[in-house]
Amino acid sequence: MALTSQFCTFYLDKLLFGVDLRTVQEVIRSLDITQVPLAPQVVSGLINLRGQIVTAVDLRRRLELPPRPAGVPAMNIVVRSEDGAVSLLVDEIGDVVEVDESTFERPPETLRGPVRVMITGVHKLNNRLLLVLDTAKACDMVADTAAAT
Amino acid sequence: MSDTEIVKDFLVESYENLDRLDRDLVGLEKNPRDQPALAQVFRTIHTIKGTCGFLGFNQLEKVAHSGENLLTLLREGELYLTPEITTALLGMVDAVRQMLKEIGSTGKDGDNDYPELRETLKRLQSKPAKVSGQTPEAAPQNSSPSSNPPAAQVEKVQEAKPAAETIPVIPADATPKIEAQVPTGSQKKTDEPPRKPVPGKIGAVLLERGFVQAGDIDLALQEQEKGDRRPLEEILVARGLAKPEDVLAAQQILDAKQRDTAPESIRVGVNLLDKLMTLVGELVLARNQLLQVSSTVEDAGLQAVSQRMNLIATELQEEVMKTRMQPIGNVWAQFPRTVRDVALGCGKEVTIEMEGKETELDKTIIEAIKDPLTHLVRNSVDHGIELPEKRVQLGKPRAGRLILRAFHEGGQVNIEISDDGAGLNGDRIRKKAVEKGLITAEQATRMTDRETYNLIFLPGFSTAEKITNVSGRGVGMDVVKTNVEKIGGTVDVQSIPGKGSTVRVKIPLTLAIIPALVVTCAGERYAIPQVNLLELVRLEAEKAKTAIEMVHGAPVYRLRGRLLPLVYLKRELQLPDNPEAAAHAEDAINIVVLQADDRHFGLVVDHINDTEEIVVKPLRKQLKMVKTFAGSSIMGDGKVALILDVLGLAQRSNVVSETRERLGKNKASDSEDAEAGKETFLLFAGPGDSRMAIPLSTLARLEEFPVSQIEMSGKEWVTQYRGQILPLVRLATVMEERRARLRTLQAPPVAGSSPLQVLVMNHEGRSFGLVVDQIIDIVEAKADVKSKPTRPAVLYSVLIGNRVTELLDIPAILHMAGISDTQNSDTRNLAAQSAGGAN
Repeated sequence: MALTSQFCTFYLDKLLFGVDLRTVQEVIRSLDITQVPLAPQVVSGLINLRGQIVTAVDLRRRLELPPRPAGVPAMNIVVRSEDGAVSLLVDEIGDVVEVDESTFERPPETLRGPVRVMITGVHKLNNRLLLVLDTAKACDMVADTAAAT
Repeated sequence: MSDTEIVKDFLVESYENLDRLDRDLVGLEKNPRDQPALAQVFRTIHTIKGTCGFLGFNQLEKVAHSGENLLTLLREGELYLTPEITTALLGMVDAVRQMLKEIGSTGKDGDNDYPELRETLKRLQSKPAKVSGQTPEAAPQNSSPSSNPPAAQVEKVQEAKPAAETIPVIPADATPKIEAQVPTGSQKKTDEPPRKPVPGKIGAVLLERGFVQAGDIDLALQEQEKGDRRPLEEILVARGLAKPEDVLAAQQILDAKQRDTAPESIRVGVNLLDKLMTLVGELVLARNQLLQVSSTVEDAGLQAVSQRMNLIATELQEEVMKTRMQPIGNVWAQFPRTVRDVALGCGKEVTIEMEGKETELDKTIIEAIKDPLTHLVRNSVDHGIELPEKRVQLGKPRAGRLILRAFHEGGQVNIEISDDGAGLNGDRIRKKAVEKGLITAEQATRMTDRETYNLIFLPGFSTAEKITNVSGRGVGMDVVKTNVEKIGGTVDVQSIPGKGSTVRVKIPLTLAIIPALVVTCAGERYAIPQVNLLELVRLEAEKAKTAIEMVHGAPVYRLRGRLLPLVYLKRELQLPDNPEAAAHAEDAINIVVLQADDRHFGLVVDHINDTEEIVVKPLRKQLKMVKTFAGSSIMGDGKVALILDVLGLAQRSNVVSETRERLGKNKASDSEDAEAGKETFLLFAGPGDSRMAIPLSTLARLEEFPVSQIEMSGKEWVTQYRGQILPLVRLATVMEERRARLRTLQAPPVAGSSPLQVLVMNHEGRSFGLVVDQIIDIVEAKADVKSKPTRPAVLYSVLIGNRVTELLDIPAILHMAGISDTQNSDTRNLAAQSAGGAN
């Protein structure tokens, strides 16, 4: 029996992504976001998660995807990172899927740029591909934002 | 007194350890092969032994030591843990506990060194271990059952229940009963001379109060030693030597004493406290929301409940805050020793005094200021206080005084470290600072004493003539400053030559909850820590239009005659226009006057809401690089607000303000140059399209006079200014005198023309105004590339912002204008004048 792993899936600009279920703290609907002026663009702002202030990261921007169309509320996937909880803003939440190792493949060589670091691989599902997101890398933006500012 | 603190800590810690020992030993008996548990027991005893050796409790050390020896053998597998050994070890634990109690009430560990117990422990070391040991019941029976752990009231030993089943009965009555310490076994020390009642026991209390005679107690003691098992007080009462009510009173005193010594504190992890803090923060929030809701609902019951909830939440918040507070005395406790060592090391005599030891501070802050304070104390002794001989010569007492003072003030804690030593030597500091290239000679001449003293906080500064092993390496004071500033504090030094100096450290009470001013800008709320707040200025709509003036794009406001640079929060944060907020915007201008690193500036915001106590939550690493914000907080309505970092904001507005950017790209690298050698100039347009400058320090004020206010006095232009007649010198006219237009142009200005830009200056006690065409900017620049003047009234030409700029010779101008008689275009004159203008 091959090793299986569970992913919390979500959509971003019609792409299907998945994050390791074990890193997910909770999934919540859109919350009031306080914008942080002068912050890197990938940071949408701060949200109050029951008394805990959580940084919201716009995953579309983080993954260099086109911005979310206006009027579409984002969903929050709150993941645990080494520096506390971080909320990832996504378009839509998908199912929890269980996949086994046999469907996994490394990202194609043609996937380049900063995004490559964050996408650890692809699971070939029946009718589509599941892109596996490394949440730790997605939350750690100190290095590239320092270069951007 | 510091020693008692240490002892107290030692007691608290040891009691905890002993309780654990009880559990561990009993557990070990059931499972004797549990090596980690054995190691744990060994460590605990070892720690107690080490600490009491250090504190000079020799008897206690002896007992612990014999226990340790036995444990060593056990740990190394030489011996096998038998019930007998366990019993002996538990006996030792009880003995130690008893001695600790003794220490708690008397400060000494008593005279009893438990020879029998130690004998037993020693005997067990050599005895081959029996694998299947005796049952606890088989252990030598004691004449009296003893309680384990010992009852709080030793005198009631007989009444105490026998120990629980799992705990072996201790053969050696390590738990002393009554005054007479009954040693191991049933032997009785009848041969011992009558002893004085052991302090801390009822006999001692009775004696102390004069309720009984010393001889009576002796009698009772002997009685006990003869086999009377009744407690001392019972014997006394039975024999009519003491009144029952006296015994009762003594008992109460003793109980009170024991309550004091038995620490009623438990240790709680800081994490738990932090968690509590967060939860309380949440509760306060929920409370706020409840209050908002209840105010809209007409329901007396709900109102009452929410009011009560309000009170409880507030109180709870205060109490939880207190759990994190510690008296500053905890840090100071080590200073007498530090001072003694340092003083001894440099042959000085110093007494240390402390005021306000009980002043409480947040735990995290206490930890953060420990090192800076230690450094300051060492420094005061090493540098501040003179040698005894010198002090006597100066008519001071031989011993120097070092005073530590702590007190609360305005939500902050002030800590002062004062000495009555030599004080700071301003001249020497200036000289040193110039030598080390920290400031220029010119800057040095302009510095006030206070500024000079604060030079000691610059990195790489040290005036100690010889480097001692204590201080004087030029590291330290700057580290002190950095560390204090890191926790939002400030350091300031004051000094009177010959009388001593005082270093004042101001730090916030807590980092977790701070008072803050909440402001609104572009529809968002921001919190400004009150520490940075100086005052609030509100300019009503009409005044607002004229009160804010521009120095070439840089807005300024005259606050009590001084130019206050203004920073627009909205512009600084690049906030988008919020139409909704704009609709509500007031015409009035709200200026929050802030202080950042000795500089004042005005922050223009849309609206000033209120002051609030906010719970500070740090920003995560994704936002750490945004230096403008110090953290975030959750407001009453549950939304997140950002806390402004005033220093960061000031730096930001300074570095990339509009005026700087216009000065060309070189400016950027310029601003990174060392501050040294730089001067601030006011740039203005001179006659003939030239750029001219004067040092900003020579300038008193910038004024704008409408033409209608200009009057003629003879041939001169004058205006009324602050109740005086201010002569006006037209720069263009003076500079172009050679064209003989001077006289003809001395006509009143044409009515209706634009207001005059006037630089008001003081020269030789007289004020005058220099009328210029246009004020360009205020810049910081190095005036080192000089060239010869090309026309009169110019000192030299200099490169400022990559353009040739003529530096005006003010005395020469005045002479040419006929205002001053002296024509002195000497630079030194200018410098002297600068010094005058600097304050």
